[in-house]
Amino acid sequence: MAERMIRILVGKPGLDGHDRGAKIIARAFRDAGFEVIYTGLHQTPDQIVAAAIQEDVDCIGLSILSGAHNTLLPRVCQLLKEKSAEDIKVFGGGVIPEDDIPGLKAAGIAEIFTPGTSTADISGWVRDNIQPRA
Amino acid sequence: MNIQERKEKWRAVVAKNIARSPERMEKFLTTSSIEMERCFTPGFEYPGYEEQLGFPGEYPYTRGVQPTMYRGRFWTMRQYAGFGTAKESNERYKYLLSAGQTGLSIAFDLPTQMGYDSDAGMSLGEVGKVGVAIDSLADMEVLFDGIPLDKVSTSMTINSTAAVLLCMYIAVAEKQGVSADKISGTIQNDILKEYMARGTYIYPPKESMRIITDIFAYCKDNVPKWNTISISGYHIREAGSSAVQEVAFTLADGIAYVDAAIKAGLEVDEFAPRLAFFFNAHNNLFEEVAKFRAARRIWAKIMKERFGAKDPKSLMLRFHTQTAGCTLTAQQPDNNITRVTIQALAAVLGGTQSLHTNSRDEALALPTEDSVRIALRTQQVIAYESGAADSIDPLAGSFLVESLTDQIEKEALEYIEKIDTLGGAVEAISRGFQQKEIQDSAYAYQKAIEKETLIIVGVNKFTVKEPPPTGLLRVKEAVEISQKASLAAMKGGRDEAAVKAALVTLEAAAKSTDNLMPSILVAVKAYATLGEIADVFRDVFGKHIETVVL
Repeated sequence: MAERMIRILVGKPGLDGHDRGAKIIARAFRDAGFEVIYTGLHQTPDQIVAAAIQEDVDCIGLSILSGAHNTLLPRVCQLLKEKSAEDIKVFGGGVIPEDDIPGLKAAGIAEIFTPGTSTADISGWVRDNIQPRA
Repeated sequence: MNIQERKEKWRAVVAKNIARSPERMEKFLTTSSIEMERCFTPGFEYPGYEEQLGFPGEYPYTRGVQPTMYRGRFWTMRQYAGFGTAKESNERYKYLLSAGQTGLSIAFDLPTQMGYDSDAGMSLGEVGKVGVAIDSLADMEVLFDGIPLDKVSTSMTINSTAAVLLCMYIAVAEKQGVSADKISGTIQNDILKEYMARGTYIYPPKESMRIITDIFAYCKDNVPKWNTISISGYHIREAGSSAVQEVAFTLADGIAYVDAAIKAGLEVDEFAPRLAFFFNAHNNLFEEVAKFRAARRIWAKIMKERFGAKDPKSLMLRFHTQTAGCTLTAQQPDNNITRVTIQALAAVLGGTQSLHTNSRDEALALPTEDSVRIALRTQQVIAYESGAADSIDPLAGSFLVESLTDQIEKEALEYIEKIDTLGGAVEAISRGFQQKEIQDSAYAYQKAIEKETLIIVGVNKFTVKEPPPTGLLRVKEAVEISQKASLAAMKGGRDEAAVKAALVTLEAAAKSTDNLMPSILVAVKAYATLGEIADVFRDVFGKHIETVVL
């Protein structure tokens, strides 16, 4: 049997409407051979986690440019844990200062990609770090 | 009449103008004492000169909307700012005004833009982050404390909740003793590009368009110096469009607003003079200059031929420009100063009415005070030192720039025609047409960077190892706590019965076809919160669900 494709939920937590990055990465993931679900704008952490579980994804990529990352990204990890779904890995990207990255990783975010990162690098990271869940 | 004879006629008109308000200098000279003419023209036959280019301040306005342009007065230097609490932002505005800035531009936080109070669940983590948090008139009073509203013009980047913020501004002005007919400024109020590119929409398109035409109608009678909309290509470009798409989609939105206002019973010349535009200044210097010139020409022709506008002010495309935030790099951020300089120069050579220059650190965080100062100084260097402001439309007649101007016009008109056949901008947006076009351009741009067919200095070429940046501006998490506290205190002290009555009246207005503005004004004066007012509309109008196109 062919190996199951990696399923990714691309999410836009918070209120910012800057979805250029989210849409580019969603498309790049699709071109890289992953299955992609995009949530659309203005999603609460609860909505994102519910969608991830319902869609049975292997990981969640969160794009955020509003500055609310320190609040919203850890909240997604916490909710996954509460739903016993912490095997869904979470990574993020956007305007996120270097100083905030250690704190986000400590809160359970697997990786943070800052501005200028190529989509090929992000797809490569997914391939190396995410396995389709059984 | 040949060009020289026409020019003599134009000179006579300008002379009258100058008698009223003189230019900055009697003569504009280069370092070699060569005189800069007000407006250079070809000394030879130039077929189509008058129809395509004309003279500054004259149809089709390709060469600019005013007869003296920056020789009379520089563009307005207007830096977009705001963060944290109203008090912190008020201090930043006072600093900018003291540094020589000539107009205010208010950035609101996302909850304010989306119609949520600071204590709403949706506001979690967002309070005061990308702009100032405004929950009620009380915050607005602090925001403009000590800033005379009859002296400054204020631009507010606010869309879905623009009617509420404008009413708060009118109320603050009244408290300062300044009547509504004396205040001047702009609200962005351009919902169509929110659905297409920027994302801070609340209500469905039809209801949003109604709020917008209510604002047009109210302001024409009560706030005549207010620019009631800033039809924005900026965010369309930031979302990844090309220059042609930026012009085309913006002007197609403009057509939709004019159509809606006419349908609401307004005469075109009653509101069209208050329409303003907002464009992006991207990296390609000549294409950007050509874009601004083409936009002016297309709009003048649309207003004249399609809508039969007669007032010259209805035909003039006046615009604000911001340099392209999406071109800023997190790598070697000081290089951004150079990018911003080139982009700002494009805006000036293209005849902008006002300009915001981005700060070098904006790919990393909100700008620090030092970075903002450099950005403002960039404009001042162009204005005072470069000579770029001494002769009007200086790139006119360049084979390259004229050819680009014609081509951008042609391709933009093709898009506008396509949007017309889809049923207009509102219908095309609901089908996701513009969104798909923008995303395709954005994706192609990103791929070009990754294939290195497009070079971004410091990102895919000339890279260096660098330490993480330091000294970035951080908005304290405490802002959310203090903002919630002051909101609670305000609610404790207001007349609840008055608030309730105002909201009931507002709901009735929303359900009728009455103009919404008078009831919003009553509600904000009773200290009803932004969220309470938006909730009334959410109940009556419903919420917009985006069409996701990938």
